[in-house]
This record gives sequence, C-alpha cells and structure tokens, in this order.
Amino acid sequence: MTAKISLAGVTKRFGAKTVLAGVDLDIAPGESMVIIGGSGTGKSVTMKCILGLLRPDHGIIRVDGADVTHLKGRALAAHQARFGMLFQGGALFESLSVWRNVSFALPGAAAERRAAAIDNLARVGLGSDVADLRPSELSGGMQKRVALARAIAARPEILFFDEPTTGLDPIMADVINVLIRTLVTDMKITALTITHDMASVRKIADRVAMLYEGRIIWSGAEAAIDTAGNPYVDQFVHGRADGPIRMQVRRL
Amino acid sequence: MSASPASPGIVATLAHALIALGGVVIGLFGSVGRLAGFAATVLARLFRPPFYPAQLAEQMLVIGWFSLPVVGLTAIFTGSALAQQIYIGGSRFNAASTVPAVTVIGIVRELGPVLGGLMVAGRVASAMAAEIGTMRVTEQIDALTTLRTDPYRYLVLPRVIAAVLVMPLLVLVSNALGVMGGWLLATFRLDFNSAAYLNTTAQYLKVDDVVSSMVKAGVFGFFIALMGCYHGYHSSGGAAGVGRATTNAVVSAFILILLSNLIITVIVFGS
Repeated sequence: MTAKISLAGVTKRFGAKTVLAGVDLDIAPGESMVIIGGSGTGKSVTMKCILGLLRPDHGIIRVDGADVTHLKGRALAAHQARFGMLFQGGALFESLSVWRNVSFALPGAAAERRAAAIDNLARVGLGSDVADLRPSELSGGMQKRVALARAIAARPEILFFDEPTTGLDPIMADVINVLIRTLVTDMKITALTITHDMASVRKIADRVAMLYEGRIIWSGAEAAIDTAGNPYVDQFVHGRADGPIRMQVRRL
Repeated sequence: MSASPASPGIVATLAHALIALGGVVIGLFGSVGRLAGFAATVLARLFRPPFYPAQLAEQMLVIGWFSLPVVGLTAIFTGSALAQQIYIGGSRFNAASTVPAVTVIGIVRELGPVLGGLMVAGRVASAMAAEIGTMRVTEQIDALTTLRTDPYRYLVLPRVIAAVLVMPLLVLVSNALGVMGGWLLATFRLDFNSAAYLNTTAQYLKVDDVVSSMVKAGVFGFFIALMGCYHGYHSSGGAAGVGRATTNAVVSAFILILLSNLIITVIVFGS
C-alpha cells in the first residue's frame, strides 16, 4: 500500500546547525502517527518541511506517492490545502472573532460561514455563545479547541498537531487528546502529531516514531513503546535524566 | 635602514579593517537584495486576484484617517514657526513681505510631504512591524498559509496599496493646514493683511508644486508600508525580535523618506 506521507533522507540545516540529518518515515492512510523527541530535535522542522513552509536541503517528501518536495506557487498552495494544522500556541488571529477564525478558509456568504463555524465549534465541544468573542477572551484550553475547530473546518485529508497539549492542565490536556483521537477516527483522517507529552502519545497514537539528533531512531506501534528495547526510547518514555540522551545543562 | 617592527601589526590591522568593511558592504548589498526581492514579490501580486478589499479599506482608515490629527497638528505648528522665521530673516533684508510666498513654497514643496511622511512613518511603520512581527513569532503567518491564504496578498499588499493611496491625500491636507498655520501667525501676530496674504499665497502656489508634493507622498507611503511589512515579516526571536523589527522599520523608513525626497527634489526642481 502506498504511504499517505513518505519522507526519504530528508535533511535540513540552518547555518552551521544540522537540524534534520536524514529523516526516513512512512505514514499510512488513516493512521495517527506521533513523533516524539526532546526539544530542538527537529520535530517542528519535519512538520514544516512536509507542509512546504520550509524547503529541505536534500531528500524527498511524497504525499500519495507524488513528490511534493520542491513545489512552488499554485501547486504548493494546492498541496497545503490538503492539510489542517493545530499550532502549538493556537495561532488564532487576534483581530478576528472566534467564528471568523474558524471559518477563515471557508468560501461563501458570511451567514453560511458563521453557521459552518458554529457546527465546527460544536464538534470540539464549544457552544455558539463563544462565536462572537475574541480569542483573547477565551481560556487557553478553549483557544486550543477553537484552533482545532479551525483546523478541521475545511475537512482536510491530513491533520497536523504541533504540541497539542502544551500549556494545558492535565484534565484539559486529556480533553484535547480525546477530541483529537475522536476526530481522527470519525473523520478517517491521516494525522501527524509531534509532542513530548507521553499521555498524549498513549491516547492519540497508532504508531510512534522517535526523532533524535535529526534522525528517526525508532518507530513502532504505540503498544510496543514500553518494550521497544531501545535505550533512547526507554529513557524518553520514562523521563529519566540518566541514559544515553544527554541534556546540555550547566552544573551548579 | 631596517623596517619598523610595527609594520606587520599595521598590515594585520589594515587587513582586518578591510575584511570588516567588506563584510559590511556585502551585508548591505544582501539587505538591499532581500528588500528588493520582497518588494518584487509584493508587486507581482498587484494585478492577480484574490484581492482583499475589506483589508484595504481597514488599512486606508488606519493609515489615513487615524494619522490625520498628528499630521495636521505637525503641519499647523510647522507652518506657523516657518512664517515667524521667514519674517525674522526677511526683515534683515527688508523682505518681510516674502512670508506668504516662501511659506507656501516651503510647506508644499518640502515640509508638508517630508514632515507628514516622517510622522506617518513613526506611527504606521512601527505599528505594521509590531503587528506583522507578532503574527510571525506566534505562527499566525504560517497559519494563514495553511488556511489557503497568501500572507503577501492578505497582509502586505493591502497595506502597501493603502499607504500609496492615502499618503497624497494626507499630505494635501497637511499642506493646506501648514499654509493655514503660517497665515494665522502672519495675520494675528505679524499684522499681515489677511486678503493680501492669501492672494500672494495663491499667486506663488504652482500646480507643479502640488503635483510634486503628492508624488513625494505616494513614494513615501510606499516606503513606509514596505519597511513596516518587511521588518515585521522577517522578525524572529520573540518579543525582543519584534522590538528590533519595530525600531528597524521606523529608522529605515525615515532614511528612505529623506533619501527619496532629495532625489525627487533634485529631479523635479534641480534644473
């Protein structure tokens, strides 16, 4: 079966710093893939390369078997239109009301778009009473849900989630995780999530890949993560300071 | 005679200075190239849809209408001060009667557009850089892209077009208020005859002066919006980065306004 998204030997440097050193990854259609890894290991860069927001230096990125690595102009716009994305901070437009944020990419008259926005808000558990509020009037969890409603509003084929539970309390984080899992399953969407929150991983993932020093060092089913037999994965999953992953911290 | 022992040190210092100078020159050309590329990217979208008329109207209101008080006050105060100075200077040569003529030429040709441009740059270029810079560092610009919206069309082009369209109107009002400031001071403080002052003003005000003033204003508007958007669009590094972008936008807009004013003045009035 052709992978929905496939990365082969993707590299990306910023100046002297190599962020991606040859990423190989396949995501099957309808699969929920979660990439784990510490801060600065290139998770967001991987996602932005697939989206076409960054251009890789080497390697090939394919979506449905078609090479999308070097798309430009309208072809790039058409490629990006297949994706929905939940950004780490929500990235809601502060100058627009909630319903205008949610319906931003939708065509049609204002009344139709408002109705569609309220439908999508309902999918993420928000009522029509928030539709006319500004994002700054919402709590962090509600902003994440509005951002999620915006990401799914145009019914994308593929959804990306960038650290979906960062900054949320454990209960709200679980609400978001359940929402993501439900949406991905119900809408039969291929999903890629990047996170270092293991509770999210266990709730959202069908498969997990670990990114370390710019390479995928392990991938497997979510159920196999505790028995991966990889010391890097083991250290990360259990959140231990001791192990092969060395954090750059200064001794007191 | 043997060579001075300091020579190798001087050569090394000179070499380092030349290397540093070369780095600055290369950096300057790089910046100009990036700015030209940004401007070309924006202008290439000028005639192809989609367009965002609501964004354009909002920016025209923000740049034009909301800048009117500060530009108007600047013009009135400057026109009055100019008339006073011309009166003092002219009196030394028995030429105090030149106040209306010199005031209107000075205001319309130079001070109206330049001071208006600088005031709008201080107000608008900084606001644009701060707003777009914040959108950049909070990933709102990336979000626009994933929502099938070209950030250049949605954010940059409406601001550039709005600035180019409203700046001439703003400067036209500024010129009128500047002349009025001179007239007020001349009639109420310097005992000029009101009708005679206005007659002389009208006599010395040429169409070419007004046209050059508006052309300057349009050019200044382009640079103000371009600098605000460019520095905001390329900001990075959180709040500090947005702060740097804001400062750079205002400083570079000031420099470009003064430089382009000199070039236009030399071209139009130099001969």
